[in-house]
Amino acid sequence: MAKIELVNVSHSYTPGEYAVRDINLIWDDAVSSALLGPSGCGKTTLLKIISGLLQPTEGDVLLNGQRVNELRPKERNIAQVFQFPVVYETLNIFNNLAFPLRNRGYPESIVKERVREIAELLELTDQLKVNANSLSAAEKQLVSLGRGVIREDLSAILLDEPLTVIDPHQKWQLRRKLKQLQQRFEITMIYVTHDQHEALTFADQVTVMDTGIALQTGSPQDLHNRPEAPFVGYFIGSPGMNIFPASLNENQVQAGDFCYELVSDLVNQVNGQDLKIGIRPEFVEISQAKDSTGLECIVDAVHLTGTSKILDLVGAGLKFKARVDETANINAADTVRAIFPTEKTMIYQNDRLLAPVQQEILL
Amino acid sequence: MKIRDNKAWFFVLPALLVMGINAFVPFITVINYSVLDIFRGLPAIWVGLENYQVVLGDNLFRGAVVRQVQFSFLILLIQIPLGVAIALALPKKGWTATASLVALGFPLLIPYNIVGIIWRVFTRADLGLVPLIFNFFGYEYNLAQNSVDAYWTVVAMDVWHWTSLVVLLAYAGLNAIPDAYYQAAEIDGASPWRTFLYVTLPRLRSVLTIAVLLRFMDSFRIYTEVFLLTGGGPGTSTTFLSDVLVRKAVISFDIGYSAAMSLIYFYFILIISYIFFLVLTSIGTGDSNQPPSG
Amino acid sequence: MTRKRSIWVTLALIAYFVFLALPLLWMLSMSFKTNTEILTTRSLIPQTFTFDNYMEILTTPEWRNSFLVSLTYVGINMIITLVVSLPAAYAFSRYSFLGDNHLFFWLLTNRMAPGAVFLLPYFQLYSAINLFDTPYAVALAHTLFSIPLAIWILEGFMSGIPKAIDETAYVDGYSFFAFFRKIFMPLIGPGIGVAAFFSFLFSWVELLMARTLTGTVAKPISVTLSRSLGAEGWDWGVIAAAGVLMIIPGAILIYFVRNYLAKGFALGRV
Repeated sequence: MAKIELVNVSHSYTPGEYAVRDINLIWDDAVSSALLGPSGCGKTTLLKIISGLLQPTEGDVLLNGQRVNELRPKERNIAQVFQFPVVYETLNIFNNLAFPLRNRGYPESIVKERVREIAELLELTDQLKVNANSLSAAEKQLVSLGRGVIREDLSAILLDEPLTVIDPHQKWQLRRKLKQLQQRFEITMIYVTHDQHEALTFADQVTVMDTGIALQTGSPQDLHNRPEAPFVGYFIGSPGMNIFPASLNENQVQAGDFCYELVSDLVNQVNGQDLKIGIRPEFVEISQAKDSTGLECIVDAVHLTGTSKILDLVGAGLKFKARVDETANINAADTVRAIFPTEKTMIYQNDRLLAPVQQEILL
Repeated sequence: MKIRDNKAWFFVLPALLVMGINAFVPFITVINYSVLDIFRGLPAIWVGLENYQVVLGDNLFRGAVVRQVQFSFLILLIQIPLGVAIALALPKKGWTATASLVALGFPLLIPYNIVGIIWRVFTRADLGLVPLIFNFFGYEYNLAQNSVDAYWTVVAMDVWHWTSLVVLLAYAGLNAIPDAYYQAAEIDGASPWRTFLYVTLPRLRSVLTIAVLLRFMDSFRIYTEVFLLTGGGPGTSTTFLSDVLVRKAVISFDIGYSAAMSLIYFYFILIISYIFFLVLTSIGTGDSNQPPSG
Repeated sequence: MTRKRSIWVTLALIAYFVFLALPLLWMLSMSFKTNTEILTTRSLIPQTFTFDNYMEILTTPEWRNSFLVSLTYVGINMIITLVVSLPAAYAFSRYSFLGDNHLFFWLLTNRMAPGAVFLLPYFQLYSAINLFDTPYAVALAHTLFSIPLAIWILEGFMSGIPKAIDETAYVDGYSFFAFFRKIFMPLIGPGIGVAAFFSFLFSWVELLMARTLTGTVAKPISVTLSRSLGAEGWDWGVIAAAGVLMIIPGAILIYFVRNYLAKGFALGRV
């Protein structure tokens, strides 16, 4: 059982260039979480720092409150599953699973017992004698996972894009197993991926990263409804959030023809630097009635996604996307009216969320 | 797993074309010669397996076979572990790595006759460094008269000459092992020895198979260096198979006889190599009948 | 992996390199001595330092020509070998097809035969197609053992790369050739480096065929060398100098392929 904390962690591989910067994150015991971000954002680096394969150039790594920067991976009771399945090719499944226990000197009777238990959970019992090399990629990953959970003193499992080479139709099976194991053993699981779908369906807590910085940590709903940085809004959701540059007029923020009045306590915080407004396509309200409120715009294109329609809209001085139900009878070149509802529209300053809009002014 | 696709033959075709002309046809020619009795000017006479019988009954030949087998196995025993050990110890990058690699290449690039000649001077009782060193430790080293000295000098010369080959192969093989394997082993708590046994060695298997087969084949055919170093002596203590083949072929100029001996020689190598091949490619996979794979 | 290197390991490594160096130093010193000195005195540092041996090699057209000839056929051999072996090795590595195992082993058997076995047939063959006494004859003859070795080495390295990489590349839209050149070849870098160097090496030092298949025009170094092994006794100094010079092209080659030999991509890095 473990609570993992990163305090002011930064790491540079080459002096002056940071792979990750000022990371302050907490993973509570038994949480299932994901590190989500595009390639090169530093998530693998962070994973290595947590597992001990890498020592951060700055900051502290804490396990259950204790600083473990100097501890080697095997002393941290952490397991890791890699992108490409790693198995010991000259050993069969039984011996693969037994490997971590035997290395630590467990008596053979306990080894046998644990291996059978894990094998059953992984549904590999009838393949124990099979040589690990002849397994499919998904089975190999299961074995990797097995080697991790077989240790009773396990604190956390770290997974580095483990589904990368798995066939699509086996991916969901593997994910299901992962979730099962995580819940059963109540292990902290940190899942690194660039696939938001994987992260959002697997994890209860998601941390979005970009260029070495942890932008936001929260539940999938939080990330969806209240992205704290434009990048988070843009990265999550498909399509991602609409983001527009905005300008400040005294106590009003304006993007295109959409104008919002700032409530009094916000006025002090706004200094006009790098203002942006964002709204998710699924929150944009579209109405075809001629007399509805909302700003007029023209449908440039309609994309079908199977369960909905995505409209490319041009109007009110902006270009943006909106999502409507698939039954909506809207076609290209139609004129519709769009509303950005207040609580769903976000104001960003210097790439940090100021607040959702509370009052709209129509011009 | 591999895809079954006979169209893959197209990939292999260019290689086969070259090899077909170069290898298959000439080989058949030789087999042809081996069952004939050919004398200059006279038509060839079919003698069946007579040539083979004469070769196998020859004492010099038999003695050389035993000596040769001993020698090759000794070479393998020394060079393979030594080569791997050195490859493990070499620096992985930087100028020291480059310098080491280049230095390792030196012994390999010297023509065999020059190797023999250099070692001859190197070990001469009156002129060489080796006798000097031995004398310093109180041993009377004499290559020309002492069979043991001669034999082990040949071994030392071969180790000096060819271990680099194993090192280079192993080094390249080691560098092709992805980091993730070592990281996983570390997380699994494996000791350095167990990491070597279960991660490094299995992944070196294809490279080691090549090294073993190469060194076996080449040491089994060793000729020039030994000939120039010891001439086969003292006596027959360093007379290996190639030496016998050349002597008989040159002296007797009997094409049929030489062809037969060549082929026997070849089959020896073939059979033992095949055994090595089968053993090495099936260790631990439970998957025999597969070409070496990493 | 940060493992503290024990002092013993470094010492052992140095000891091995000293072992390698001694005969080389001896050869180097011989190359700067006169024949008389070589045959009469035992010394590491030449008493009468001379460049004569090198001068003889570098100024005699025969020597220069034979260096060129040797470099030529070795180069041709390397090119043919690599071009032909890469696709073949790929086939063996990724596909199973009728007769593949037998073919694979048969290839290597061609390297097993004592050179003498193929001498006469080659002599007849290359004379017949008019390639006798050209570097091409030797280059082609050498492919006998070059190609099988290259295929074996390359196959070993190729099989160490998971097929998943091939598939991911196709999904990402690479054509086969683009995949092979940009993704695959860098990954098997060490294999290519080794295969290239070994093709060079075994062709460079091969004596029998080089001598048999050439006459007066394309005389390789081995033949010119044997002049120094004349009846009056060996021209030790020149032989040693030749040995030193013979190392140079190969050493340059290693230097150029060193990046291939060193660590390739670490799989699993994102």
